[in-house]
Amino acid sequence: MLNAGASWGRIFAVIMKEIKQLSRDRMTFGMIIMIPLVQLMLFGYAINTDARHIPVGLVDLSQTSESRALVQAVTATQSVDFHAVYTSLHDAEAAMTRGDVRATLYLPPDFSARLIQHPRYGTNPTASALTQPVGQWIVDGSDTVIAAAIKALRTMPLDEVANRTVSQTIPTFEVVQYFNPEQRTVVNIVPGLLAVILTMTMILFTATAIVREQEQGNMEFLITTPIRPMELMIGKIAPYVVVGMLQIMIILGVGYGVFSVPIAGSLMVLGIASLLFIFASLTLGLVISTIAKTQLQAMQITVFILLPSILLSGFMFPYDAMPQGAQWIAEGLPATHFIRMARAIVLRDADLLDLQADALWLGLFTVLGVIIAARRFHKTLG
Amino acid sequence: MSNAGKFAIEAQGLTKAFGEHIAVNELNFRIPKGCIYGFLGPNGCGKSTTIRLMTGLLTPTSGEITILGQTLAGHEEAIKQKLGYMTQKFSLYDSLTVLENLRFVAAIYGFTGTRRTQRIDELLHLYDLKNQAKQYAGSMSGGQKQRLALACATLHSPELLFLDEPTSAVDPENRREFWERLFDLCDAGTTILVSTHYMDEAERCHALAILEDGHLRADGSPAELMNAMPANVVEIGGEQLRQLKQALLQQSEVLSAAQIGAHLRVLVKKTQTDPLRFLALLCAGRPMQLARPSLEDVFVTCTGTRHDE
Ligand SMILES: Nc1ncnc2c1ncn2[C@@H]1O[C@H](COP(=O)(O)OP(=O)(O)OP(=O)(O)O)[C@@H](O)[C@H]1O
Ligand SMILES: [Mg+2]
Repeated sequence: MLNAGASWGRIFAVIMKEIKQLSRDRMTFGMIIMIPLVQLMLFGYAINTDARHIPVGLVDLSQTSESRALVQAVTATQSVDFHAVYTSLHDAEAAMTRGDVRATLYLPPDFSARLIQHPRYGTNPTASALTQPVGQWIVDGSDTVIAAAIKALRTMPLDEVANRTVSQTIPTFEVVQYFNPEQRTVVNIVPGLLAVILTMTMILFTATAIVREQEQGNMEFLITTPIRPMELMIGKIAPYVVVGMLQIMIILGVGYGVFSVPIAGSLMVLGIASLLFIFASLTLGLVISTIAKTQLQAMQITVFILLPSILLSGFMFPYDAMPQGAQWIAEGLPATHFIRMARAIVLRDADLLDLQADALWLGLFTVLGVIIAARRFHKTLG
Repeated sequence: MSNAGKFAIEAQGLTKAFGEHIAVNELNFRIPKGCIYGFLGPNGCGKSTTIRLMTGLLTPTSGEITILGQTLAGHEEAIKQKLGYMTQKFSLYDSLTVLENLRFVAAIYGFTGTRRTQRIDELLHLYDLKNQAKQYAGSMSGGQKQRLALACATLHSPELLFLDEPTSAVDPENRREFWERLFDLCDAGTTILVSTHYMDEAERCHALAILEDGHLRADGSPAELMNAMPANVVEIGGEQLRQLKQALLQQSEVLSAAQIGAHLRVLVKKTQTDPLRFLALLCAGRPMQLARPSLEDVFVTCTGTRHDE
C-alpha cells in the first residue's frame, strides 16, 4: 500500500517527531537500556540449571568409620552439602517439610554388613543373593532439577570408600560435547535472551506508541491531515529498529564481556537474522495497536504473547522435549524461530543458508503482519 | 448543481447511529461559503459527531455530504487538503515544543525549506506565540494551547475550517481576541464551522443551527431566529419569584420561566396573542413588560420537552 503518493518527507517528519518524543521520555529511554542489562544479569548469574551444593541432611544409624567415609565421598561430588545430622528418619522428614534440607541420606544400622556384600565395594564385582543397596536417599521430588541431580548419585562408585583408587570402567558410549564443552547454561541463555527481550520491548513499544496517539487524541487531528496510515506506521516503527539493534548489541556485548559467551558466527549473518526478527516483532506490535483501545490493553496483549515466547520458544525448555501441540504453538511465535537462528549463529557458526526455513518464516510473519495491520488500521480511521 | 459554487457544505439526511443510539438524526443543512456558521447545542447533542462526519473521520450511517461542491464519500483524500480541523480535545503533542509541533504539521502538509520557515514565523506572530516558541505544548495555558491548535489547523490555509468548541478553556478577554482572528480568516475567504454551547459565541456567527439530541431544531441567522421565535418574552418583577415561577410553569402556554436577577423571564407561546393580559390575570399587581428576545430565549424555545406540544 506504499503507493505512488507516499511521501518520504512525511515519513521523515514522523520519524523525527518520534525520536524527539522518545528522547524526552526518560522512563522509556531508561528501559531500553536497563531491561537488557538487568535481565542478562538475572539470567546469567541467578539462573543455573546444573544443581550443585544442594542442602541435605544425614541420618546415620550405623555410626561406623565406613559410613563416615561414604559421607565424605558423597560430599566430594559437590552435588550436595550436608547441612544437618538427624537422629531419626522422623526428624529428617520434618526438616524436609519445613524446607531446611531438600533430601536426606539414610544409612541403616546394618550399613557395614550391606557395604561388604556390595559388588562395587568388594573386589569380586558380582552380585550375590544377599546384595542390597547400602543406604537410601529420601528426596523432595517437587523440584525435578534437584531430584535429577540426586538420582545421578544412585550408581556412585564406592572405590573411594573401600580405599582403592577409582577403577576406570569403560563406558558404553563416549560423549563428545561440541559448541559448549564446559556445559555452561549461560552460553545457551544469552542468545535466547536476545529473543525474549526483543519480543518484550519491540512489541510493547510499537503497540503503545500508536495506541498512545489514539488515547491522547493526536490521531483525530492526524487523520484529517493528508498523512497516510502507512506513512504513519512506517515513521513510528522505524526508530524502534534502531532501538532493537542497540539492545542486541548491549546483550551480546555484555554476554561476551561479562559471561564470556563467544560469538562463533558472523556478525553480518546475526545482524540480518536480528533485523528479520525485529521487523516481525514490530509488525506484531502494529497489529496489536489496531486491536487495543488503551495502552493498558496493549500491555496486556503483549504479556499474552510474551509468556508463550518465554516458555515455549525453547528459551526455558528444550523445544524437542515439548509435546506436539506445544510445538505447533511455538512455531507460530517469531521468538521460536529467532532463538533457533540466534543459537545456531552465536554458538555454532551457522550461516543463513542453514537457517533459511526460519528466516523465511520471519519474513512471512512480517508481510502478513503488515497486511493485517494496514487493513485494520484503515478501519480505525474510517 | 447550480448551487455547487455557493455552498461550502451541504448535508442531506445525514444520520449516524452508534449501535441503537442515533447520535445524528436526519440532518439537512447548507452552509454558504465565506461565513462563520455555528452549531449550538447542549452536551451530547451530536455537535462533535456531525463535525467528525464532515471531516471524514466517521462514515455516515446514511445521508450524503457535499464539501466544496464535491461528494465527500470517495473523495476524502482530495478534500482533506482543503480542510482544517481543530479538535475539541487538544490533539497536538504535549512533549514537543510549540515550534516543533508547527514544524511537524508543516512537514505533514508538505511545506519545506524557506516556505516552511516563513509560514511558521507568520503564524507565531499572528497567534502571539513568539515567546512560547520553545515551550513544551503540554505546559502551556488553555488559551495558548488553543492558539497553537488554531495555528496548526490553519497552517495550510484551508478553505474550510472546523472548530469544535474552540473556546471552552479560554477566558472572555482571550475569547474576544480569538474571534477577531476568526473574522480575519473569514474576511480572507475561509468558511468556518464552529460548535459551541456559549450564547455569546453563537451570537457572533453569521448563521447557526440549533441541535438537540441529534436533531436540527432551528437554523438561520441570529436575527432571523429571534424574529421567527414562536414566543414572546415578558419580564416580571416583584417578590417571591420562585413561587410565581412554579405557578406559571403549570400553564401550557408558558414555555419557560427563569429567574434573572430581580426579574422572572417568561416565554409565552405566540398562540397567546396578548401575553401581558394573559400574565396579568395570573399574577395581578406585579410590574411586567415585554422584552427583546435573546438567542438564549430562542434556544430555550426550540429545545427541551415543551417545545412541540
Ligand atoms: N464513538 C462513539 N460510540 C458510541 N457513542 C458515541 C460515540 N461518539 C459519540 N457518541 C454518542 O453520541 C452522542 C453525541 O456525542 P457528541 O460527542 O457528538 O456530542 P457533543 O455535542 O459534541 O457534546 P459535547 O458538547 O459534550 O462535546 C452522545 O450521546 C455520545 O454518547
Ligand atoms: Mg463535542
